[in-house]
Amino acid sequence: MTSSTLGRPARSDLTFRQKVSRFDYAFSPFLYVAPFFILFAAIGVFPIVYTMNVSLYDWHLLKGQGDFVGLENYVSVLSDPFFWNAFGNTVSIFLLSAIPQLVIATGIAALLDQAIRGKTFWRMSILLPYIVAPVAVTVIFLQIFNQYRGPIAGLLELFGLDPIRWAFDVLPSHIAIASMVNWRWTGYNALLLLAAMQAVPRDVYESAAIDGANKLRRFWSITIPMIRPTLIFVVITATIGGLQIFTEPKLFDSRTNGGGDRQFQTIVLYLYELAFPRRDFGQASATAWILFLIIVLVGLISFAITRAIRTADVKPARSSAAPVGAQQGES
Amino acid sequence: MTATISTPKSPKSQKSPGSPSLEDRRLVDAERRARRKRAYERPGVLTYALLAAFFLGSAFPLWWSFVIGSRQSSDTNLVPPAVLPGPNFLANAAKVFDTVPFLQGLLNSVVISGAITVSVVFFSTLAGYSFAKLRFRGRNGLMVTVIATMAIPTQLGIIPLFMLMAEWHWVGTLQAVIVPGMVTAFGVFFMRQYLVDVIPDELIEAARVDGASMWGTFRHVALPAARPAMAVLALFTFMAAWTDYLWPLLVLSPRNPSVQTALAALSAAGGQNPDNAMVLAGAVLSVIPLLILFVVAGKQLVAGIMQGAVKG
Repeated sequence: MTSSTLGRPARSDLTFRQKVSRFDYAFSPFLYVAPFFILFAAIGVFPIVYTMNVSLYDWHLLKGQGDFVGLENYVSVLSDPFFWNAFGNTVSIFLLSAIPQLVIATGIAALLDQAIRGKTFWRMSILLPYIVAPVAVTVIFLQIFNQYRGPIAGLLELFGLDPIRWAFDVLPSHIAIASMVNWRWTGYNALLLLAAMQAVPRDVYESAAIDGANKLRRFWSITIPMIRPTLIFVVITATIGGLQIFTEPKLFDSRTNGGGDRQFQTIVLYLYELAFPRRDFGQASATAWILFLIIVLVGLISFAITRAIRTADVKPARSSAAPVGAQQGES
Repeated sequence: MTATISTPKSPKSQKSPGSPSLEDRRLVDAERRARRKRAYERPGVLTYALLAAFFLGSAFPLWWSFVIGSRQSSDTNLVPPAVLPGPNFLANAAKVFDTVPFLQGLLNSVVISGAITVSVVFFSTLAGYSFAKLRFRGRNGLMVTVIATMAIPTQLGIIPLFMLMAEWHWVGTLQAVIVPGMVTAFGVFFMRQYLVDVIPDELIEAARVDGASMWGTFRHVALPAARPAMAVLALFTFMAAWTDYLWPLLVLSPRNPSVQTALAALSAAGGQNPDNAMVLAGAVLSVIPLLILFVVAGKQLVAGIMQGAVKG
């Protein structure tokens, strides 16, 4: 309101309308961003920051705030074998989902990145699983990965193999859960990668073809290096998502929190068990912050690894890859 | 998060043809043309076979649940698996509605997802427009804040959020699900990225010169221009709200569920011996609304993802 009016007509010279207009012009931009920031501060930032505060106290779901205990909650979580069990399970499920997913998504994207007939149909067809909510995915896959009944059990029986104890054994349960994640997300990621592939200038391929590079060579030496920014993006989002997996392992055996022996308890499920069944908000909050730091760390590591891979195999196409890479990086 | 945004406007051509190199000239014209053609060749049968196989894999679980959901539970045992639907879908669906308050869940989810969508799209458009086209002090700093917060997994704040809901006596009510979803940093970022290119600055200046108020400019210039992006944001926001499970599980009661918590309860209802046909019929029912959305707006979903519309 007190903004300087030097060099402009004195205030008294302005009509009321002009004053209103000037006020409107100066303050509307703030007014338009304010609702977002106010709401986001309340529902996004405050809870995360306050989690830190809760994590420093003995804090019970019903009894509320207790004594200040400093970092004790962190110590107990980090020395809890169940936490490390959950950590291992999360990493295992993440790897079982991220790696096949990335490979298959890249392959599907490459298939779609041709002059195929029925482009729209194929693109939509691979996205179908994405509209199925994780709860429904789990409910459906629970029937498919059933030890005794269902298509997979039938198939194993047909070949005279022993039934697999999907819900009891560690690796089978991880594979079943990873399959749910893969089923839902592979097509989605394939579309992201396809978009990146389509941005590669066609005449780069053309000149490579004229120079005698075959399809495979063009894929390795042109496509992969040029879609690197999107690959990094996919890896990082898969990491952030994968470390927070909850619905699938929770509902894979809904009577437990990740299996009778916690054989597929993930970190968020561990957090959930601490906070609600066990009512220990203090330790649960400490877990939330530990998970937050893990996410940041793993995000940085995936970024570094993807970069290293790129540097190793990029040489042939370096000069043409640079501009597109740079352009995709910003904006 | 920004990596995929620029794909549509990538440069058409990076290299200028220039004069033909020595190597080029050595190639016979015909061979060059043949090789050039090969780069564009229509793909062979193998491509279609692989895509079809992937499609079958994508569709099978959904189709199979409809098949079993329209038969009886013992049909899950069939080898080879049943592939044709039976006559019992309505009977199984009726059992779903008897076992859990599924209809209530569907209605609640429509209300929750609808309210969240309206709120996110409105506030994101408003803030996104301001960031994209208006000048104000601290604009860049605030925008950086938005981008930085986009990567924060807000799911990790559930404990204080739950305490807040308990203190306000909101636990068990729909606003406990709606209010925490009312804005997203991603929405603001997304609308800003779209509007920054799509509205010419001159248009906004012109509106001001013509005496339009700021709000008038927003309504008559920005909103119409923002419509396509608003539709895409609405689509993805609705889907995200519809499919969410953890938060509704914490704050809604089994008697007043969301569609997802109702389905989860249905799946747990049978204990050791669930009625699989009924559970799968329930799964199909929970998917139908989004399936309709997919049929109507699948193309926009694909385009939205390919333009980097969504953050996983």
